[in-house]
Amino acid sequence: MLAASVALLAGACDLKRAAVLDPKGPIALAERNLLFDAFCVMIIVIVPVIVMTLWFAWRYRASNASARYTPAWDKSGKVDAVVWSIPAIIIISLGVLLWRSTHKLDPYRPIENAGPATEVQVVAQDWKWLFIYPEQGIAVVNQLAFPAGRPVSLRITSDTVMNAFYVPQLAGQIYAMAGMQTRLQLLADQPGKFVGRNSQYSGSGFSEQHFEVLSLSQGDFDAWVAKVKQAPGRLDAQTYPAQAAKSRAVPITYYSAVEPGLYDQIIAKYRHSGHTHTQNQGAGAPARR
Amino acid sequence: MFGKLTIEALPLYSAIAAGGAAVTVGGALLVALVLTWLKAWKYLWTDWLTSVDHKRIGIMYIVLALIMLLRGFIDALMMRAQQAMALNAGGYLPPEHFDQIFSSHGTIMIFFMAMPFMTGLINLIMPLQVGTRDVAFPWLNAVSLWLTAAGAALVMVSLVIGKFSTAGWTGYPPYSGIEHNPGVGVDYWIWAVLISGIGSTMSGINFMVTILKRRAPGMTLMRMTPFTWTALCASVLMVFTFPAITVACGLLALDRVAGMHFFTNAHGGNMMNYANLFWIWGHPEVYILVLPAFGIFSEVVATFSRKRLFGYESLAYATAAIAFLSATVWLHHFFTMGASANVNAVFGIATMIIAVPTGVKVFNWLLTMYRGRIDFHPSMMWSIGFIVTFVIGGMTGVLLAIPPADFLVHNTTFLVAHFHNMIIPGVLFGYLAGYMYWFPKAFGFELNRGWGAASFWCWLIGFYLAFMPLYLVGLKGMPRRMETYNDPTWQPYLMVAALGAVVVLCGIVSMVVQLYVSIRDRKLAADRTGDPFDGGALEWSTSSPPPPYNFAVLPTVGDREPFREAKKNGTAYRRPASYTPIRIPSNTPAAVILGGFAFVLGFAVIWHIWWLVVVSAIAMFITVIARSSDDHAEFTLSAGEVKRIEDERFRQLGGRA
Repeated sequence: MLAASVALLAGACDLKRAAVLDPKGPIALAERNLLFDAFCVMIIVIVPVIVMTLWFAWRYRASNASARYTPAWDKSGKVDAVVWSIPAIIIISLGVLLWRSTHKLDPYRPIENAGPATEVQVVAQDWKWLFIYPEQGIAVVNQLAFPAGRPVSLRITSDTVMNAFYVPQLAGQIYAMAGMQTRLQLLADQPGKFVGRNSQYSGSGFSEQHFEVLSLSQGDFDAWVAKVKQAPGRLDAQTYPAQAAKSRAVPITYYSAVEPGLYDQIIAKYRHSGHTHTQNQGAGAPARR
Repeated sequence: MFGKLTIEALPLYSAIAAGGAAVTVGGALLVALVLTWLKAWKYLWTDWLTSVDHKRIGIMYIVLALIMLLRGFIDALMMRAQQAMALNAGGYLPPEHFDQIFSSHGTIMIFFMAMPFMTGLINLIMPLQVGTRDVAFPWLNAVSLWLTAAGAALVMVSLVIGKFSTAGWTGYPPYSGIEHNPGVGVDYWIWAVLISGIGSTMSGINFMVTILKRRAPGMTLMRMTPFTWTALCASVLMVFTFPAITVACGLLALDRVAGMHFFTNAHGGNMMNYANLFWIWGHPEVYILVLPAFGIFSEVVATFSRKRLFGYESLAYATAAIAFLSATVWLHHFFTMGASANVNAVFGIATMIIAVPTGVKVFNWLLTMYRGRIDFHPSMMWSIGFIVTFVIGGMTGVLLAIPPADFLVHNTTFLVAHFHNMIIPGVLFGYLAGYMYWFPKAFGFELNRGWGAASFWCWLIGFYLAFMPLYLVGLKGMPRRMETYNDPTWQPYLMVAALGAVVVLCGIVSMVVQLYVSIRDRKLAADRTGDPFDGGALEWSTSSPPPPYNFAVLPTVGDREPFREAKKNGTAYRRPASYTPIRIPSNTPAAVILGGFAFVLGFAVIWHIWWLVVVSAIAMFITVIARSSDDHAEFTLSAGEVKRIEDERFRQLGGRA
């Protein structure tokens, strides 16, 4: 009994730090709160159903002769009205919540009133992540750093199979697809270190395809950029294929210079001239709208 | 001569893979030896494999499903074991092998366990419930069975020759394209799914026509049993949606074999089209599986609460509403693909709306139990366990239906826990309730109750132990399908989940023991009346097992529980004045031969043995033509023969007649 309570308590403490339940930015927080709100609304109906099931099963067991038995009772307009309207009311209220939140938390929608965004271009590769900073002219493998308290605006594509960019403590995930671009906005309130992953299975190196997310103070970010600019490696059309080749558990790698337009070239190589792919206009064009 | 097939295809690359192959080959040899020892080959061939009787086809479907359940469950145990020890590159499986296992687990459980189990139960019971002598197209029914078996055989053969797909049960391109996956694994997946999918489409047509055209006189739609209602809705969905996956697989095959670009990264291909096609089938598929299970729960809860089903009409409308809505929600499987907020919101709300008719069903089952006299037969236990557990899965489903919430937990083990929470208590518990409920109808004796209860408790407890931790570790951000991980706080959860799989194993062992004990004690638990549970529908009015023609005289129906009415009015078990001859479809080897050639065709395409593709395609064509030209496709059972069978039935009934 004691051991069980200790285990339960330890589990509860552990879960308080669970990535999804412990958001570190406004987007992830709003998404988590949505989970909580919907959970609370659903509990209103789930718990009574579970209790009623167990209670009826016990109360109306065949051996209990004292319970009432009405074998022919098989319909009631009033009861029908109730059983259709209770789920309907719950779903209408959740539907309103859904409509509003889906628009508010559209990953394409820039974060407002938080200052200018740090722009990062994200390329999913086998089996690593390449982050290109167009403003700073640098690139990093498997580490995403940005200033805390300011929005980060991501343009995401893939140079291989479908991947999904996922930093649960900062924002929900979105797919990365070759020849196309998706968007994601995130923001970390405080400096900190988080884990990012690919959540869409992509082959044998998938399990090790995680990256470090660093939220830094402005000063630390500037120092980080300066450090990256000291790195010997450069990324351009010649060196890119070697960098993008299949590799596993790749350490953090810095590139002090990036050929302008490399990200657009990565998208463009999968496209025919004249073709446009669905709503996600790649090649640096403005996203969906 | 042999295309890509060489000696390299044997799984000698790893001891575990070789072991799996050895168990498969050894198991097949053992079955063959036992059959030889029992001298049962001829009986098996003439009475079963060539049969076109819906009851025997149904039983064969269920046998296939149970065998594939074992295979799929071994995959599950291996995955749980791997993840329990996989911290920091621990574990015993390399990624290439682990990836095959999660792919085959999902493929087998959906296409070759759940689908045949459902098709089998509908085959076995639905024609009896609508009061007819067979399905509308008995030979087509046998063809469907053997195409499904051919698909299952391809999956099994991939254990021994070559490798299975590593692309997951959904086979998303571009990963499943030839550029990223040049081996034969994805081809095994494509052809297994494609061949069995054609069988499922034809089953859907068969069931739909049977229910719409072959009901007994007087059986209006609103007098059909709840199970028949759900079978009808599931069949309509099968007819409309299975072609979508057949087409998706076909186009993917063209990408791979013929160098086309439907779903590739480049040259105008677009993987998003595949995702749409796959889930246009994939989401209704969930309801194809679960609706018949809902039908079973409706029958079981009413029978063992000793009450009429509450809110029958509500339930029928709810079933139809769910079937319709299920085809309008597929996009919720990829909210994270970057569709606009309007699109995501519309599909999210459509998804939530399904919770309304589903909630109505739950209340109807509860109100059927209310003021009943509940007999805790194992089927009833599965039903109660289902209600309590399923609503939890329903709740997490509503959470996942909210796009921004889905962004947070999509593709994590939270999602894995959610859909297992729907499919194990919803689908599988329903089928197992149906298996234990209708077993006496199929074989003439009841299954042992004690071992049935033991199996239920192990499955239920094992389910909670296996999947509640996956919800939690999903909240900790663990993606699905990880062969290894670096977060030590995940491991305790995954160890509990592995323990849960072991408890489920005890449940499966209990089922095997139950079957053995019941066969051993079959004389004691014999069902001589054909109505062991005081049922109300027509299947209970025939003998157990029913005669080949089901009903000597087709029943006339005036109530939605016609047999209960007959028992009440004293018209049940009444001997008719005279019998008439009955036309019965003859057994034919054509269906099993066709299935065999379909298997060869699939195998030949997978290995690029083109001459064999041509030969087997021609052979299939000739088989169909030959069967279609057969003038002796039916035979007549004389009135005297019918009388002899019926007299024996009334002798068994003794005093009742």
